[in-house]
Amino acid sequence: MSQHEKSTASSYELSHSDTLEAESAHIFREVAATFERPVLLFSGGKDSVVMLHLAAKAFWPAPPPFPVLHIDTGHNFDEVIEFRDRTAERLGLRLIVARVQDDIDAGRVVEETGPRASRNRLQTTTLLRAIREGGYDAVFGGARRDEEKARAKERVFSFRDADGQWDPRAQRPELWNLYNGRHRRGEHIRVFPLSNWTELDIWTYIAAEGIDLPPLYYAHRRPVVRRDGMLLAHTRFLTTDAGEEPFEATVRFRTVGDATCTGCVESTAVTPEQVVAEVAATRVTERGATRADDRISEAGMEDRKREGYF
Amino acid sequence: MPATTLLRLATAGSVDDGKSTLIGRLLYDSKAVFLDQLDAVERTSRARGDEQTDLALLTDGLRAEREQGITIDVAHRYFATPARTFIIADTPGHIQYTRNMVTGASTADVALILVDARTGVIEQTRRHAFLASLLGVSHLVLCVNKMDLVDWSGERFAEIREEFTGFAAKLDVRDLAFIPISALLGDNVVHRGANMPWYEGTPLLHHLEQVHIASDRNLIDARLPVQYVTRSHAKDFRGYAGTVAGGVFKPGDEVLVLPSGLSTTVAAIWGPGGKPVAQAFPPQAVTLQLADHLDISRGDLICRPANRPQAGRDLDAMVCWFAEDARLTPGSRYLLQHTTRTVPAEIRGLDYRLDVNTLHRDESAESLSLNEIGRVRVHTRKPLFFDPYRRLRATGSFLLIEESTGATVGAGMITGPSLPDTQVVWHATAVGRGERATRGATVWLTGLSGSGKSTVAVELERRLVAEGRPAYLLDGDNLRHGLNADLGFSAADRAENVRRVGEVARLFADAGVVAVVSLISPYRADRERARAVHEAAGLPFLEVFVDTPLEICEARDPKGMYAKARAGEIRGFTGVDDPYEAPEQPALVLRPQDGDPAAMARTILGLLDEIG
Repeated sequence: MSQHEKSTASSYELSHSDTLEAESAHIFREVAATFERPVLLFSGGKDSVVMLHLAAKAFWPAPPPFPVLHIDTGHNFDEVIEFRDRTAERLGLRLIVARVQDDIDAGRVVEETGPRASRNRLQTTTLLRAIREGGYDAVFGGARRDEEKARAKERVFSFRDADGQWDPRAQRPELWNLYNGRHRRGEHIRVFPLSNWTELDIWTYIAAEGIDLPPLYYAHRRPVVRRDGMLLAHTRFLTTDAGEEPFEATVRFRTVGDATCTGCVESTAVTPEQVVAEVAATRVTERGATRADDRISEAGMEDRKREGYF
Repeated sequence: MPATTLLRLATAGSVDDGKSTLIGRLLYDSKAVFLDQLDAVERTSRARGDEQTDLALLTDGLRAEREQGITIDVAHRYFATPARTFIIADTPGHIQYTRNMVTGASTADVALILVDARTGVIEQTRRHAFLASLLGVSHLVLCVNKMDLVDWSGERFAEIREEFTGFAAKLDVRDLAFIPISALLGDNVVHRGANMPWYEGTPLLHHLEQVHIASDRNLIDARLPVQYVTRSHAKDFRGYAGTVAGGVFKPGDEVLVLPSGLSTTVAAIWGPGGKPVAQAFPPQAVTLQLADHLDISRGDLICRPANRPQAGRDLDAMVCWFAEDARLTPGSRYLLQHTTRTVPAEIRGLDYRLDVNTLHRDESAESLSLNEIGRVRVHTRKPLFFDPYRRLRATGSFLLIEESTGATVGAGMITGPSLPDTQVVWHATAVGRGERATRGATVWLTGLSGSGKSTVAVELERRLVAEGRPAYLLDGDNLRHGLNADLGFSAADRAENVRRVGEVARLFADAGVVAVVSLISPYRADRERARAVHEAAGLPFLEVFVDTPLEICEARDPKGMYAKARAGEIRGFTGVDDPYEAPEQPALVLRPQDGDPAAMARTILGLLDEIG
């Protein structure tokens, strides 16, 4: 029996993993019962994979009563897209893909240029368009409070106005397990069922549940370039600076996002258990180690979140 | 790694008390602060010109907080030791942030309060202790910090402990611990240190790892608020999903469903993903399958027949007010969110406002504004099934929501059902209607024999009683055999029968009972007389016309009366050889297409709720 299932019923004690799982199930059910059109953001990244796994468990034996939505930057790792499609099909879920490229083509956003160009910030426009077009009133996101300090202040039910914006100074107090999802037409609520999970919790759960992930998350050989102290995958989307020489390394990804700004770390962990051991020993946060997009400024995340980012 | 348990910790205090330093040290010494976070904090501290690295920057996540150097909002921090996983809800200490402290304490197992050893117990210390106690946090840890600045004095520590113990006696605190520490130097935070050999207790972290929280949960009062009905046609599955609020549920248990008041047994309990559960206890998220197919929906509550929550529409509660631009005043209306039910509610009275620093009750207060706490009387449109907050947090707590904006404007902790106003002078011979605990009314169901009146009436009475409202069914049977035993079936006796039922119903209604009358009462004039005696007494009278076509009634013929009437064995039978005069302005008409008797009873209940 895996360790997180080992809740000793006789002592009426719930393990920490089971407590987090129960809290997430409660949140999913609350949304399904009180909103008309929920949608779950699914990128194929580990947090969204765990989130979807929890959703499937919360509504067992029925499938989750909502579709999944991917905001596609076009700068993807092929194996993640393949994984995304396979997962949606296995769970019998409707997959909606909203493409950043469509907003670029329509002139709604202008693509950055140069070696540091990223489509990260452009995703906000695409995300808000997809929410509006789908008429979604609740949007599940896999953000965790331990990831970043602006997210540490985020509510589980987080209100967004008609322009999709977040006002951190006007957040609703959130007490007990009573979640207030009241909103008017055009407004929506972002819901974060993994709020209280840490990176280590996620990996412990992946190991205990045997959750399938894209192979990028485990150690493998690939060409990389070193930039700003991070290792970036050398893919067709990355424009290299003069002097940046691609080299082969054994790496794994701690987060998976836009291929141009998601770094990897040197690692030999090839199983979830080995990753758990590695995460338990690490002294650098996953976003700090691997996300160029968070290095913009001290308030990089807060500013993007205010605009409507994930 | 063995399975660890989770402890939720609320911390309150200001930077002056060394709270941030303490949390920073807990996180750093337990390796929960990462190097890149520390780098970022050091950069910002330098840029601001601070002399020392300000560890508060670790928790102050918003731009405004960093710029102003204050904590505005609750921040959540996470760390783990081999024994336990911790979630810290770190809340600002100043009185203008009482709502944040209340929020953080609402889910906490342990509240950690910091005292500066030099200043001792101050107003803020007492406020934090009171709020923790109000929110039902069972364990309080008073950390006497900056012991290095009082020469590690055991006497000073004993003084503070004595002073605070005296104050805490007035609070509802089950477990109180005192720890002398130096957050700056680390003594008694994670490690003992050598400076206070006189201290015989454990360091803070060890205390937090050991504090016994498993018994804090209520494992007696089995309560499952139904959150979501899980259906799978493909798998022929229907289950009731929810988070166990209290008690223990086991397969085979007899359970009672509120508000319907129907009983059945638990057929199976499933955890997330379909894992069989032998015993479901809080805070497990489970799905219950029941032996009988009952009409159950979100907002219903599953409990045990011999242990029910209180039911009612009038309750007393302590409310903490959160709105910046609106006050709570008697007469104002909100949405009240309680377990999985959200109902319209009205504030009927403000008993007092509490000074959170002195615990003084101001009974002359007329409103509550931001961060104020008071005791209010609340009336809800529909009944709630609740327990006192002290007994069970999950069924004793609620939110008040402003309907137009959707904002959460208040949080409430139920103390119990509202009793009638004790200020009223009580005469032994004349209790006024306002002094009675409940308000009565008469529901008069009229219609042909076989129309289904009695079935609806029985269902209505059962539901009312389940909701905690006194109700009594008056029908042909229980009256004809007693009070009206002297009456026959002549026209005059029938009229007298209806008159007496009308009078009895009026008395019941006046006594605060809902009288449910089920009577053919075919003549308009007789029913109008019953209405008139109610109106004269100022009592609600709901005439409900059960309008089932004669063919259907005759086809049902439950007592074989139509057959006898058609055969001429009985005379003057309504609908056959005696007229039925339909009501001209009934409060409600129920036709077969309006649903089954249970649905009809619910419609009547809705009508009753509307009239108060």
